[in-house]
Amino acid sequence: MSFTFVLGALIILTVAGFYLGRSRSMASAGGTASRLHSRPHYYGYFVALWCGIPTILILGVWTVFQTPIVEMIVQGNLPERMLEGDPAQMSLIMNDIRNLASGNITSGEITPAVQAAADQYVSLVQTSALAKFVLILVVGIAAIAYARGKIAPSLRARNQVEKTMMAILIICSVIAILTTIGIVMSLVFESYRFFEKVSPVEFLFGLEWSPQTALRSDQVGASGAFGAIPLFVGTLLISFVAMCVAGPIGLLSAIYMAEYAPLKVRGAVKPLLEILAGIPTVVYGFFAALTVAPFLRDQGTFLGLDISSESALAAGLVMGIMIIPFVSSLSDDVINAVPQSLREGSYGLGATKSETIKRVILPAALPGIVGSFMLAISRAIGETMIVVMAAGLGANLTANPLEAVTTVTVQIVTLLVGDQEFDSAKTLAAFALGLVLFCVTLCLNIIAMAVVNKYREQYD
Amino acid sequence: MGEVDMSNAVEVTAPMASSDAARETKFHTRGVQVFYGEKQALFDVDLDIYENEVTALIGPSGCGKSTYLRTLNRMNDTIDICRVKGKIELDGTDVYSDKIDVVHLRARVGMVFQKPNPFPKSIYENIAYGPRIHGIATGKEDIDQIVEESLTKASLWNEVKDRLDEPGTGLSGGQQQRLCIARAIAVQPEVILMDEPCSALDPIATARIEELIDELRDNFTIVIVTHSMQQAARVSQRTAFFHLGDLVEVGETGKIFTTPQDQRTQDYITGRFG
Ligand SMILES: Nc1ncnc2c1ncn2[C@@H]1O[C@H](COP(=O)(O)OP(=O)(O)OP(=O)(O)O)[C@@H](O)[C@H]1O
Ligand SMILES: [Mg+2]
Repeated sequence: MSFTFVLGALIILTVAGFYLGRSRSMASAGGTASRLHSRPHYYGYFVALWCGIPTILILGVWTVFQTPIVEMIVQGNLPERMLEGDPAQMSLIMNDIRNLASGNITSGEITPAVQAAADQYVSLVQTSALAKFVLILVVGIAAIAYARGKIAPSLRARNQVEKTMMAILIICSVIAILTTIGIVMSLVFESYRFFEKVSPVEFLFGLEWSPQTALRSDQVGASGAFGAIPLFVGTLLISFVAMCVAGPIGLLSAIYMAEYAPLKVRGAVKPLLEILAGIPTVVYGFFAALTVAPFLRDQGTFLGLDISSESALAAGLVMGIMIIPFVSSLSDDVINAVPQSLREGSYGLGATKSETIKRVILPAALPGIVGSFMLAISRAIGETMIVVMAAGLGANLTANPLEAVTTVTVQIVTLLVGDQEFDSAKTLAAFALGLVLFCVTLCLNIIAMAVVNKYREQYD
Repeated sequence: MGEVDMSNAVEVTAPMASSDAARETKFHTRGVQVFYGEKQALFDVDLDIYENEVTALIGPSGCGKSTYLRTLNRMNDTIDICRVKGKIELDGTDVYSDKIDVVHLRARVGMVFQKPNPFPKSIYENIAYGPRIHGIATGKEDIDQIVEESLTKASLWNEVKDRLDEPGTGLSGGQQQRLCIARAIAVQPEVILMDEPCSALDPIATARIEELIDELRDNFTIVIVTHSMQQAARVSQRTAFFHLGDLVEVGETGKIFTTPQDQRTQDYITGRFG
């Protein structure tokens, strides 16, 4: 009586409901569909929904609660002596029972009591599955019978089906929103715990970042330093370098694609550029660490510059290449969205192509272009892998792109990697950093969206 | 003048007593053929357009009026698949020859489109755009003057003089179309091509634009495409009737509407098809 089997039965039942409802509606109208309030298939959906929704709910709820309830019963039936152990001991025993029941290897030898419990476990699960199956069958068939009985030519099946569909859609979007809110809440909550240990002022404005010292409580400087400014500066620096690459290249290639390229070239170049966005960032990281960084270092020595082998420049350059498609693809779309009539209007006044682009098309598309830049920047700020591999971990407070810097995301990773208790200031700092990062990218996205929307209004 | 095209155009512009002496040919087109890819949209169109006159192009939808109009300022160049054959002369110079720069051509032959298409800039900037790119005016005062003059000529000045900084897209449809006409005038063209300039407008706005066209005739040569026979009768001196890519008949507007020579013209203006 596996889950898939029950699900299959449920689906068959629902589909059957659809056909039953549809044929019933036709019969009730004496074979003329026009006498029905709604088209026949809506009566089919009507019955199918009646059957499908309750049974799926039963299936879901039952599946979720089956295991805890079964375990509670099994645990309650264990001999007194075993129940007295501490919680850790108890969970070990339950684990044994579970493993035994599913035929896995257990720890240590099996006492008869555990064996008995496991047998009970298995039988309970089987009973439960059977009961579930029967219940679903009964409810499903009953629902079909009920809904089918309600079918009459005057039944407003379409309205009801559409209302139900709308409710389902709303529920789905609410789930998505709630999940997001949950994630944000956990960020806020953990950050709050962090700020109980470290003051927000120190965190937001402190100039020194060295959380590592907080590892052992007997160490000197055990409190660590949680000034995040070096991280913010590092992030900004790398994003700035990245935008210096992606901005001009992306925008100019967008202009080429939208205005100059023949249709065929555009059809080939645009997807090619978009492939750049599909390359895993680790690969970019390799490229940055193994090719670009050494190259820059060698060129630096040649020019008499001291470029460290892990530099913001290398990471920024490669990141810039990575986000070119964000700029170019979106800008290309907004430039294309500028109505042809504006171009013709400009040409009609004797403007050249470049005058038209500079003075009519780009100003008209500017809000959208700004939007694409914002999205690219928030992508750059959130990028981790390239920085880990090419810009290093040292939290230097510097504006010199030739030195190693680190970023917010990289620090989050390093803070959480390895065995840590989850209540030290060190690990909690990761949440605070995450919160800041979230706020910044959220602001950027909101600005970008507002700007893009404003642009949309202009031509309608 | 007054020549008869061998195929099907019946040129009925016999010398007219009143205006003929002053009449100068602005556009002289012979054997114009236009192809969109393989498809031929115009067949051997022979048409003359005279200075300081309004020439109306009429005909059923898809007969090639816009196509013909757009050959005059080479607007067809912007369409990749479009090819133009034949002789199209502006003041005796072939507009498709190397001697004419398309940018200069379009400065001399302005265009107003079917749908008003103001730039998403201020009203002032919409007008100043053309003069600036052609270097007609550089100083602020010169441009101010051009803006005022053009808007006045387009009879829009009184309505917008206090809001020149507001976006041109915020005007009403009729105002936008007059703004586009003002924008075209600002470049001081010799010819203005209008492709159904009133099709998006209400009768009142249409009447104002028709008045405007009549006034503009003193300084400019105007070619207008229209679907309204009444409009053609009201604003134009000469009318050309197109049908399925052929120029069927061209002549004095009054004559075309009262005594058309060709059966197809007759059918069209009496509303039997198209
Ligand atoms: N860009 C284009 N690509 C391909 N064919 C075109 C194009 N523009 C016009 N045509 C074709 O050329 C022919 C003439 O079109 P044109 O636009 O000149 O007609 P029109 O007389 O202006 O019609 P309307 O009164 O509807 O504006 C039509 O058959 C049309 O399908
Ligand atoms: Mg047309």
